[in-house]
Amino acid sequence: MTSEEIGKIVDEVVAPWENKDGNLIMILHQIQNRFSYVPREISFAVAKRLHIPLARIYEVITFYHYFKLEAPGKNIISVCLGTACYLKGSPELIAALKKQLGVNPGETTPDKQFHVQVVRCLGCCGLAPVLTVGQKVYGRVTPQQIPDIVAEYSPERAAQRN
Amino acid sequence: MVKAKINGIPVEVPNDTTILNAAREVQVKIPTLCAHPDLHPSAACGICVVKVKGMGKMPRACSTPIEEGMEITTHDPEIVNIRKTVVELILSNHPNECQTCGRNTDCELQTALADFGIREEPFPKIIRDLPKDNSTGTIVLEPSKCIKCGRCVQVCQEVQDVWALSFLERGFLTRISPAGDISLGESPCVRCGQCSAHCPTGAIFEKDDTAKVWSALLNTTKHCVVQIAPAVRVTIGEHFGFEPGTNLTKKLYTALRRMGFEAIFDTNFGADLTIIEEASEFVQRFAHKKGPLPLITTCCPSWVDFMEKFHPDMIPHFSSAKSPHEMVGVLSKTYYAEIRGYTPQDVEVVSIMPCTAKKYEIHRSREMSASGVQDVDTAITTRELSRMIRQAGIDFANLPDEECDSMLGDYTGAGTIFGATGGVMEAALRTAYSYVTGEKLPKVEFENVRGIQGVKETKINIKGAEVRIAVAHGLANVEYVMNRVREAKEKNEEMPYHFIEVMACPGGCVGGGGQPYGVTNELRQKRAKGLYTEDELAAIRCSHENPQVIKLYKDFLGEPLGEKAHHLLHTTYAPRPLYKR
Amino acid sequence: MNPVTHEDLSKIKEETNSKAGKNWISVGLSTCGIAAGAQDTFFALKNEARTRKIPFEVRRTGCAGLCAEEPLVAVAVEDMPLVTYGKLTKDKVGRLFDEHILGKKVLNDLTVKTQDSKQMRIVLRNCGEIDPENIRDYIARGGYLALAKVLKEYKPEKVNEEMKVSGLRGRGGAGFPTGIKWEITRKVEADQKYIICNGDEGDPGAYMDRGVLEGDPHSVIEGLTIGGYGIGATRGFFYIRAEYPLAIERVEKALKQAYQYGLLGKNILGSGFSFDVEIRLGAGAFVCGEETALIASIEGKRGYPHPRPPYPSIKGLWGKPTCINNVETLANIPVIFLKGGKWFAGIGYEKSKGTKVFALTGKVKKSGLVEVPMGTTLREIVFDIGGGAAKGKKVKAIQTGGPSGGVIPREHFDTPVSYENLQMLGSIMGSGGMIVMDEDDSMVDIAKFYLGFCVDESCGKCAPCRIGGKQMLGYLEKITEGRGTPEDLDKLRTISYAMQKASLCGLGQTAPNPVLSTLRYFENEYKEKMAR
Repeated sequence: MTSEEIGKIVDEVVAPWENKDGNLIMILHQIQNRFSYVPREISFAVAKRLHIPLARIYEVITFYHYFKLEAPGKNIISVCLGTACYLKGSPELIAALKKQLGVNPGETTPDKQFHVQVVRCLGCCGLAPVLTVGQKVYGRVTPQQIPDIVAEYSPERAAQRN
Repeated sequence: MVKAKINGIPVEVPNDTTILNAAREVQVKIPTLCAHPDLHPSAACGICVVKVKGMGKMPRACSTPIEEGMEITTHDPEIVNIRKTVVELILSNHPNECQTCGRNTDCELQTALADFGIREEPFPKIIRDLPKDNSTGTIVLEPSKCIKCGRCVQVCQEVQDVWALSFLERGFLTRISPAGDISLGESPCVRCGQCSAHCPTGAIFEKDDTAKVWSALLNTTKHCVVQIAPAVRVTIGEHFGFEPGTNLTKKLYTALRRMGFEAIFDTNFGADLTIIEEASEFVQRFAHKKGPLPLITTCCPSWVDFMEKFHPDMIPHFSSAKSPHEMVGVLSKTYYAEIRGYTPQDVEVVSIMPCTAKKYEIHRSREMSASGVQDVDTAITTRELSRMIRQAGIDFANLPDEECDSMLGDYTGAGTIFGATGGVMEAALRTAYSYVTGEKLPKVEFENVRGIQGVKETKINIKGAEVRIAVAHGLANVEYVMNRVREAKEKNEEMPYHFIEVMACPGGCVGGGGQPYGVTNELRQKRAKGLYTEDELAAIRCSHENPQVIKLYKDFLGEPLGEKAHHLLHTTYAPRPLYKR
Repeated sequence: MNPVTHEDLSKIKEETNSKAGKNWISVGLSTCGIAAGAQDTFFALKNEARTRKIPFEVRRTGCAGLCAEEPLVAVAVEDMPLVTYGKLTKDKVGRLFDEHILGKKVLNDLTVKTQDSKQMRIVLRNCGEIDPENIRDYIARGGYLALAKVLKEYKPEKVNEEMKVSGLRGRGGAGFPTGIKWEITRKVEADQKYIICNGDEGDPGAYMDRGVLEGDPHSVIEGLTIGGYGIGATRGFFYIRAEYPLAIERVEKALKQAYQYGLLGKNILGSGFSFDVEIRLGAGAFVCGEETALIASIEGKRGYPHPRPPYPSIKGLWGKPTCINNVETLANIPVIFLKGGKWFAGIGYEKSKGTKVFALTGKVKKSGLVEVPMGTTLREIVFDIGGGAAKGKKVKAIQTGGPSGGVIPREHFDTPVSYENLQMLGSIMGSGGMIVMDEDDSMVDIAKFYLGFCVDESCGKCAPCRIGGKQMLGYLEKITEGRGTPEDLDKLRTISYAMQKASLCGLGQTAPNPVLSTLRYFENEYKEKMAR
């Protein structure tokens, strides 16, 4: 990104929160939502714009698990590890994903298509076990369904949809 | 005032006193690993828990204020057992490297383990293998030894306003690191060493250069000279059983001579020299309008680094004079060398400083090699010197007194007070007054610039002209002073100050990053008092009256601010980036 | 849209109710419903109604609580009783129109029972019945009339008195009497005070607050505003965890509407009381459900708890007196002021007044949100309402209180649920998660699961929790891997004790609870796993 582009992005994300106390987390949310992670250049630029030390920003990013420092894969698969889902088999889903994609929670596939992570309770306990791919929620998932779910997001199928 | 009972003993303390501090009043020591008198309580270690009648939970003594009528129990078998478990937990997270750690025998965790009588490790060791960081060449970070007390982060962020250190990640994975996981050398770190001075363990430690000094002393081709900073003489005693503030200058001279140094010089001489140059600069700007005001002192290398990084717009206001030890260094390799028939390469200069930043200053720029080679070869801290004295088998406490080598060693009272906050300013004013008026000051003490208040603002009258002064110590206090100057510039008003002194370390150099551990405001004041007492008893109290200094200019330097003085004793500044990556 | 007055509110209520059609279909569109396919059902129904030219209104509504039966669709046909269908996926929409709407015959194979004599829906009174994105629906049910009454007839001190009479205790888990909390905050003199709605529901397995925020956000806004009036705050916050995007969206919309109608902002209902509300988001830190850590999070810092005293009521957000209340607590407030604190105190059991919403999940037949008067027994909740264990298994234990709670074995299932009773059993009420575990579930495993959660979510500030939790997890892993020794159980107890007493906040203080509780009732399971 050029410094002009960065400047524009920073202006946009900071503007609605400029004069509010405790605005850092809300600003970071906007960046996280836009890029799926918080790029280093943007952190630097936000620090400058808000007149706060860079350390303040990284302290917050690394504390809160919602914010990521590296670009995740294209499709983020979140397996719910809430109690109900745990009892009803989400560990088996994690194992099935490992078998299908070869990655552990917290890792991205080498082709950058999929990132697998665990989430602590999405609040859909009635449909346990639950996983999401991006914003789409899948309930009552069995390990046998994993290959099909993953296939939905293969590049070919994604191209078909578009 | 509130009244309460601690272990049945009645105590009366001011409102808002914490249980920890109130307990001290009745000779009760509640153990803690994270509380520090300089800092507000972080309540992190969990060792200081106490029982309070009527409270279901056990509050932490460090952060709970005493309330009227409280009945507190600080020690009983249950409490001690809980504290022991917590200490054992901390031990399980700490590598067993005491024998090879720099804090061996002077470590708060070691002391806690010994005091609790820990004889076995009940829990398995779980230590994160984190890399060491010695990228600054002055301070070494060993995150695997860190007990997450949070003192260094608070010091770096709130006391020094540098924000080089921070906590990253969370839970068990919490660690100390600069932002974005860059190395400390690539961060805004100004090497003040306050982190190492507050760290309870060996997680942050000064870079040990003693081997380099021994090597030089054993090198028969080198002529080793040494200088000691003002603050060192009133604190070295703390390592050898003396009261803080005891002036042990003459014993230091003896010890250093016995260690094998050829010439014993004194940074206080350099301080006098700095005053000559800087007071002359001040007179140029103040009386003859040749340069922008305010003039800001530059003997503190952390402050210089801080200014170059955070306040580069203030560079034109900086005194171009080097720091005292650099001046003595360059003169050792030119003036002294010439007289003795050596070349600069033959001379090895060692500076004993209360300061970790000097390790960085000595190779900060080409101007620090004005003699043709690096002017000061090694800078070591008071703590390192203590170790060297012990290694050399010297019974420091019982040494006879000796003198230094006058040529670059004799000093005035003005030179010695450099070690305390306000001291540089006071010394400069004594000489500036004489330069401007041509007269001698009736009273040389300037009480208004002394003391541990963060920012001291005062005015003095030099024959009808008002000179406005600010003295700041602790880098967080700089913002206020700089902003006032900037505001006045913007509004085109008169400057709020003409002369500003800044010391990075709270208390000035007596509270330096390389000083003995356990500094508190009380200690800072005691140490400073040692210096002010020496000044009071000195025969000569103004820098410009130092006969050796006068001789130096006459025989070698020429005029203050003259060409030779400029070449050897002055430096330049340039903006530096906050982050190198 | 001009700010409403008292009379306006009553008028809107009448109008909306009289205009209510006799023919409509509502679809449960909360996160769980959408996950089960309710969004598709919603569109299919709308489509079908349009193509068949049937003038039925297809509405959105929140979570009715029968989460296992989602998508839930309620159908009202004139002259027919109101029927609720479960698992009504989009493929069944055609059948619904053919048989029920046109054929006037109920699809008996798909009906689900929503009424339950054991349940008493106060907090969930509107969930599943109104459109959460339409403020008029809320007003039609008496919404904002409590606020109007309070602003007109009550001085703030009286508000707090009434709250004390009601006996309502914090529903986030601590159970501190809300009226006393409000009173303490009111008494502190300050130029600014804050009230915060804690929507950081982080307990895994608990989603009551999500249900309320998605299904009836206005009830919480109204409760928050009354609370602000009671303590003297002019600013309120919703702190909602980022993992609840739909809840955030619904609260945002509700706030906007409330402002439009003048029920938030300056001079509400002409009373002179002004109140502004903002949303702030969490970011994936369970510890930020703790009051002082929540405050740190809103301040934009790391979510570290702060030693107490001073309590937030004295010195909280930005150093000002701050009152933090749970979503469920606040949802109770309007009803308390409409029906009276005494009425509320008449419901419940001993010192636990009112009702409690539980998220009944796990190995139970009918999992979902359940609201019962305090004093209902565990057996009634799990077996009568929940239908007992699924798949013909036997229930081994009920876990309450999430990672801060404990397990309750069969012999105590007849215990009336209350704060004190659950504590006596070695568990806690917690925020309302109630996990049913059957004979196949390992108690040691669940203890390890919860401890792993606490270790993951520990903020890391204090040594007892940061290191103690990790050590305890290590021992539990050793035990579950078959390498445990009896000494390990003693070590677990020693560390638990230190963590309970010396941790800085509730997370560390209660993290050992699942381990201690499972050791208390199921030590045999631990012993079975010991190394031979």
